[in-house]
Amino acid sequence: MSAALEVRELRKSFGGLPAADGVSLEVATGERRLIIGPNGAGKTTLFNMISGDLRADSGSVRIFGEEAGRLRPDQRARRGLARTYQILTLFPKSTLAHNIVLSLLGLSPSRWQMLSPLARRADLQRRSREVLARVGLEAFADRHVSEVSYGDKRRLEIAMALAQEPKLLLLDEPLAGLSAEERRAVQALLDTIPRTITIVMIEHDIDSALAFAERITLLHYGRVIVEGTRAEVVAHPRTREVYLGV
Amino acid sequence: MKRAAAIGAAAALLVALPWIVAGDYYVNLSSQILIAAIFAMSLNIVVGYGGMVSLGHAAYLGVAAYATAWIMLRLGLGPLAAGAAALVFTTAMAAFFGVLALRASGLSFLMITLALGQILWGLAYRWVGVTGGDNGLTGLTRPKPFGIELTGATPFYYFALIVFALALVAMALIVRSPFGASLQGARDQPRRMNALGHHVWMVQWAAFVLSGFWGAVAGVLYVYYNTFISPHALSLQNSAEVLLMVIAGGPATTLGPVVGAALVVIIKNVVSAYLERWVMLLGVVFVLIVMFLPEGIVPGVQRLIARRKKT
Amino acid sequence: MAFWINQSLNSLALGGLLFLLSAGFSLIFGLMRIANLSHGAYFMLGAYVGLTLLRMGVNFWLAAIGAAVAIALAGGIVERFVLRRLAGRALSQVLATLGVAFIIADACLWIWTGDPIPLPGPESLRGTVAFAGTRFPLYRLGVIGFASILFVVLWLLLDRTRIGAMIRAGVDDLDMARAVGIPVNTLFTAVFCLGAALAGMGGVFAGPILSVYPGLDSDMLPLALVVVILGGVGSLAGAFIGSMVIGFIYTFGQALLPDLAYVILFLPMVIVLVVRPRGLFGRVAA
Repeated sequence: MSAALEVRELRKSFGGLPAADGVSLEVATGERRLIIGPNGAGKTTLFNMISGDLRADSGSVRIFGEEAGRLRPDQRARRGLARTYQILTLFPKSTLAHNIVLSLLGLSPSRWQMLSPLARRADLQRRSREVLARVGLEAFADRHVSEVSYGDKRRLEIAMALAQEPKLLLLDEPLAGLSAEERRAVQALLDTIPRTITIVMIEHDIDSALAFAERITLLHYGRVIVEGTRAEVVAHPRTREVYLGV
Repeated sequence: MKRAAAIGAAAALLVALPWIVAGDYYVNLSSQILIAAIFAMSLNIVVGYGGMVSLGHAAYLGVAAYATAWIMLRLGLGPLAAGAAALVFTTAMAAFFGVLALRASGLSFLMITLALGQILWGLAYRWVGVTGGDNGLTGLTRPKPFGIELTGATPFYYFALIVFALALVAMALIVRSPFGASLQGARDQPRRMNALGHHVWMVQWAAFVLSGFWGAVAGVLYVYYNTFISPHALSLQNSAEVLLMVIAGGPATTLGPVVGAALVVIIKNVVSAYLERWVMLLGVVFVLIVMFLPEGIVPGVQRLIARRKKT
Repeated sequence: MAFWINQSLNSLALGGLLFLLSAGFSLIFGLMRIANLSHGAYFMLGAYVGLTLLRMGVNFWLAAIGAAVAIALAGGIVERFVLRRLAGRALSQVLATLGVAFIIADACLWIWTGDPIPLPGPESLRGTVAFAGTRFPLYRLGVIGFASILFVVLWLLLDRTRIGAMIRAGVDDLDMARAVGIPVNTLFTAVFCLGAALAGMGGVFAGPILSVYPGLDSDMLPLALVVVILGGVGSLAGAFIGSMVIGFIYTFGQALLPDLAYVILFLPMVIVLVVRPRGLFGRVAA
């Protein structure tokens, strides 16, 4: 059985220092992988190359065995990839329900329809509320995004990705900026995601994400420094080096 | 229910217009407003809903008008057939221009559209054999749909009104459709939309083509109305004026461009009789709107009404 | 042979005028990220003001300076009371300059009426000069010389003075410049005035060659854009080289293929933008 995600020798530089310097990793189907590393380690660059937002200088990305390097982001979405962003990318002037509808439309052939009103699509409206209920936001379905709290926005961001019914989910710092209570809510949400969905998560704050991770990849200066199970990585001397400069 | 009543009233007013206003001059003015409204609505697809500001939209009006005229004069086809052919040609041109223009965004997009418009304007001026140069093309006739003469002000007005109604309905449908939602989503968060599975480039290109098509419709009506076409229709001023209509009236609203078109045409034709400096007035009004009513007149008025309702 | 020399000199003269026009535009866009769509109008207004000063008996060079000052003033008012209020909203600023262009153009029509008026050149540069088998207007040589001198002066200003350093810093990284204490608001006003002044002065110098007429503004604005696309935004050398290149393309295009002159001018711009949306020398930031 092929891995959910296979990255081989990815390289990317923006002029000077390389943001990715030969990154390779493999994530098995159903796995919960955590990618950590100090600021500037190249974590988001890696995600951007996996999702297609950025083209790698060299190397390959395989999603469920298929070479994805030449695919556009929307094509990768159709292969089962979904992601969230470090900086919220929601539609602030729309309701939460509409945000989810846009997500549902992305993979629906009816997104090219030009003559019938979107509002009449009861099926999309219903499914949108179902997704919101899954993340505990159904009460706010008709509120505008600008009216809900930051924690709720983070959950909406995840809900949008879940609405795509992905097979591979990339989460970029989903716990950033959340209060302890909000973090617990998101962590609980992540725990409910079934094993049919492979999750790769970037987190800067190791402690909050530690419980979630089965395997951890530590990046620094665009390279994989340490990789292994949670226990292995936590105990590894290089980990301490990278984080404490010791 | 209130909305349906308002729409009904407006429709009744528009249909009864030739009997309400005093004379052919005002009926003709109304026809001009309708044509400008279609032109502005077509640009709004790309500017308001697509979020891509173009300064070369006159290209579609101008080329459609010139094509219609040329086909009538050189190929001897009737006005309606010529108009139909012109629509096809201009839409194809929009498809091509869209591929070029969508290589960029923001200011670069603006400059490409401006450059393309200028090239066409230059061609209209210099290619005298085809376009008649500075003198333009004259000697055209208005169409006779189902044998009905459109030479009079009132019959032409109704013709324009029907086309306007079609355009308005089309616009309203597109905006509220799934495609319209994709387009507006792409305007607000293109990266996110791509990640969700929407092919943002394709959506924007389709919008560009639609915009060119309806701009061409305005152009065909324009040449029917004037029975004459000159390079001014392709000028930067014309592109700037229609952009003004959209921004002033309210981009990303269905009625905004209509209001903006009415504003500009009225200032141009009516105010100019009393105020020689109507261009300056247009400029001042525009700058004031940009500064103090940036979403445009229609949303501004809607907000005022909403606030009144609260108190 | 005479043809080539003549047209080359004409190209350089046109290039010089375009440099006067586009240097200001490039500076304004480079620093303030505002595509000043009223730039052509400032050019035209400068020409008209220079014309009036000349009619009042003022010497040509003083008229050029006077026009520069007047247009700097006009630009300063627009920047301070309109553009600064729209800070941070790039599209609104561009649209506002569009509105201002309408206002200035109509004001010129009002004050100076619609007839094209030739602007008389300076006495000292009347007549033609013999040059490699042909005769060439002395004034146009003067324009070439003046544009070159201005290029050097502006270069020194940007490269050697404190204010130049501040401008360069702002072009490079505005937030950082603000952070190190550069008075960005004042700098913006100053640069806008400078840009407008250059355009105004350019209009006076263009007068004897192009005449002054309503519509000069919308004839010149697209040319400024073409130069800036080719030469890169915020780059003085780029504006100079770009102006000369366009001068050559347009002049020879006009001479050899008059019907396609405009196409020849804008086609390179479209090609450059399509192939490299960031412009030839980079930085037409979207």
